[in-house]
Amino acid sequence: MNLEELKKLKEKAQRQVALREGNKKYRVVVSMGTSGIAAGARDVMKTMLDEIEKRGLDDVEVRVTGEHGLEDVEPVIRIEEAGGEETTYARLDAEKAKKIVAEHLGKGKKVENLAVGKQKKTE
Amino acid sequence: MIRSNVLVCGGAGCLSSGCHAVQDALKQELTKRGLDKEINIVVTGCMGPCDLGPVILVHPDGTFYQRVTALDVPALVEEHFIKGRAYAKLLPKDEVSANLITTQRDFGFFAKQEKIVLANCGLIDAENIEEYIARDGYAALGTVLTTKKPADVIAEIKLSGLRGRGGAGFPTGVKWELLAKAPATPKFLICNADEGDPGAFMNRAVLEGDPHAVLEGMIIGGYATGASRGFIYIRAEYPLAIKRLQIAIDQAYQHGLLGKNLFETDFSFDIEMRIGAGAFVCGEETALMRSIEGRRGQPSPRPPFPAQRGLWGKPTNINNVETWATVPAIIRKGANWYNQFGTEKTKGTKVFALAGKIRNTGLVEVPYGTTLRQIIFGIGGGIPGGKKFKAVQTGGPSGGVIPAEHLDTPVEYESLQKLGSIMGSGGMVVMDEDSCMVDVARFFLEFCCDESCGKCPPCRVGTKQILNILERICAGEGQMEDLDKLEQLAAVVKDASLCGLGQTAPNPVQTTLRYFRAEYEAHIKEKRCPAKVCRGLLTYTIHYDNCVGCSICARNCPTNTILKVKGQKKYYIIEDDCIQCGACLDVCKFNAILKASDGVAHVVPPKPELEPVPGRKVMVTA
Repeated sequence: MNLEELKKLKEKAQRQVALREGNKKYRVVVSMGTSGIAAGARDVMKTMLDEIEKRGLDDVEVRVTGEHGLEDVEPVIRIEEAGGEETTYARLDAEKAKKIVAEHLGKGKKVENLAVGKQKKTE
Repeated sequence: MIRSNVLVCGGAGCLSSGCHAVQDALKQELTKRGLDKEINIVVTGCMGPCDLGPVILVHPDGTFYQRVTALDVPALVEEHFIKGRAYAKLLPKDEVSANLITTQRDFGFFAKQEKIVLANCGLIDAENIEEYIARDGYAALGTVLTTKKPADVIAEIKLSGLRGRGGAGFPTGVKWELLAKAPATPKFLICNADEGDPGAFMNRAVLEGDPHAVLEGMIIGGYATGASRGFIYIRAEYPLAIKRLQIAIDQAYQHGLLGKNLFETDFSFDIEMRIGAGAFVCGEETALMRSIEGRRGQPSPRPPFPAQRGLWGKPTNINNVETWATVPAIIRKGANWYNQFGTEKTKGTKVFALAGKIRNTGLVEVPYGTTLRQIIFGIGGGIPGGKKFKAVQTGGPSGGVIPAEHLDTPVEYESLQKLGSIMGSGGMVVMDEDSCMVDVARFFLEFCCDESCGKCPPCRVGTKQILNILERICAGEGQMEDLDKLEQLAAVVKDASLCGLGQTAPNPVQTTLRYFRAEYEAHIKEKRCPAKVCRGLLTYTIHYDNCVGCSICARNCPTNTILKVKGQKKYYIIEDDCIQCGACLDVCKFNAILKASDGVAHVVPPKPELEPVPGRKVMVTA
C-alpha cells in the first residue's frame, strides 16, 4: 500500500462511518406519523434514499420524525440546511421526491412550486 | 442509501449481558419490516457504560438506549425507525431533573469525557480495517514513513509529553530514544497487554474496540526506534480481544500495512501475538520477556534494562496498550495539540476503569488533572443506594486506598504517589460505608501473596507474613503490636523486593493503616468490625418483635443452629454454633435478623427453652 492507495481507500470507506460523525450540509426530515405513512411517506423516503445514493450525494442525512401538523398535505418533508434555513415540501410522491433530490440537494436550488410556506430558524 | 447506523456495543461487558441476542433480533426485525437496506447494524467495541448494557447508539440522531433486550427490539424499531421518535422506555434519565435524555452528548457520563484513546471505541467496527482507515487510520503511519526521519518522530513524542500508561509513568520518548541508540540488532518492541489488576479493563476495551490503533502505534514506534519485530503479550483470559487483534493483524498484512516495504519504503515490520497464562507477575517487564521466550515468568534485576538487553538478549522496548494506542493520534494531530491536555507534569488523557460501589460502572477517559471527585461523582454518578463514599482504591492491588478527604486531589502520577497510592494502569475500585478497610487490605494482600512468583524472599515470605497478621486481625485475634509489625514488614517488603509486584504489594496495608487506623484498632481492641464485614467479629440474633415464626431462617441455616422457642412462634440462634454465614439474613422477609458487630460489648440474649424445627429431620443438640 502507498499513500495514494490509502487515501482512496479512506474516501471509499468514509461513507460507511460518515453518518456517525454528523455535521451534514443537508438534513432531510421525513414526516412519518400515521397520516404520513398512510399517504405514502415511506415510498417518498425510499425513492429519496435511492436517488441520493444514485447521485452520490454525500452531504445529506435522512431522518424520520412524527407529524409536522400538516396532515392534509402529507407526505411532507422538511429540508434543513447547515446555515439554518428550512424548506418544507408537501403533497409529495415518488416523482416529486426525485425532482427535489436532483434540484434542491443536488444543485442547491429550491423547488419553489412544491414548497409550502417558508420558515427561518431563529438561531 | 443507508440512512441510519445502529451501533450495537460488542464489548465484553455487553456481550455478557446479551448483546448478541439484541443484534440478532434487530437484524430480524429490520429485515421483516423491509428496513434492512436503509439501516445498517454495526457491532462496535466498548462504549463505556458497561453497567447499563446491552447499550446501543443510533446515528445520525445520536440516540443512546440502555439495557436493551431482544424483547424490546420490535417496539424500538417501530418507534424509532418507523415513526421517527425516540423509544422512551430505554432512554437514560437525568439524575437531577429525571428528564429523559434523548441524545448521547447530553448524557453526563459521555459529556464530561475527553476521548483520545477511546475515540474509535464504540464508534467503529473493530473487525473492519476500512472503518479504522475511514477515521484517518494508518494516515499517521503513512506520513511518518514517507516524510519523517526516525529522530523527528522521537522528538515529536518527547514534545508531546506522553508518559507510559502501564503505571510507572516513564516518558515514552526517552524510552524510545534509549532503544534507538542501542547498538545491537535486531531490536524488538513489546506491547504489554497483560492486564492483571482485579477491576481494571481499559486495555481489554482498547484491544477489543480499536485494535488497529495499537498496531499503528507499534509500527510507528518500530520505525522511530529501528526495531523490526513487535510482540503483543496478551493474557489468555481475554479471548475476544485475542480474536479481534488477530483479525486486525491479518487485515493489516492483507492491506500491506504490516510486512515488507511498508508504504514503498525500505522499512519492514512484523507483529505477532503471544498469549500469557494470566500470571500477575508477567505484567512486570522482565518477567514478561522471559515468558515470551518460553521460560518461567520470573523477574530479573535491572540493570541491564530491556533497552540494553531485553528479549533474547537484544535491545527491547516495552509499552502498555494505551501508550501505543495514543501514538497515532499524537502524530496525526501534533505534539502541541496533545500536550494542551493534562497538567504541567503529565500530559494528555487517561482511561480509567470504574468498578465497585459506583453507579456507572465502566470506562471513562479524562485529561490528567481531573479530580477524583469529578471522576467518581461527576462521571461515575456517585454511590448507589444512598450510601456514603468511603474510599477509592487506585492502581489495583498494588495501589492504595484514598479516603474521602482527598477526593479533590487532581489525578496524576505524583499526586497519587504523595497519598501513598499509585496511578497503576488506571483501575479505580470505589468503596462505600459497607466496606471494611482491614478486609480490603487483606483481600489485596491475598491476591499479591498468591501471585508472588517466589523468586525473592522479601516478597514470597513477607507478603505471606503480612497476610497472616491481617487474617488474624480480621478474625478478632489481633494484638496492638501487630500494627507495628505490619508497618515494619511493609517497609521491608517494599524496599527489598526484586520487582514491582513486591515493591508495591504493601501499599494497601500502608494506606489503610494511614487513613483508617481506627478501624484496625476497633478490630483489635474492641473486637468489632465497624463495617460489619469480617465474619469472625459478627453476631446474628433474632429480633423477637419482628419474628413471625415462619421458620425460613431455620430451614436455610447450614449448621442447624437456629431452633424454635418452645411453645412460641419464635426462633432463636445459638451463637456459639453460628458460623456467621448470613444465610438467615438473606432469606428473612420480616427484618427479624439483626447483624451486629458489638465486639466486647456484645450481650448474648438469654437462651430460652428450645425445641426442634417442625418438619426438619436433624439431630437436635440443644
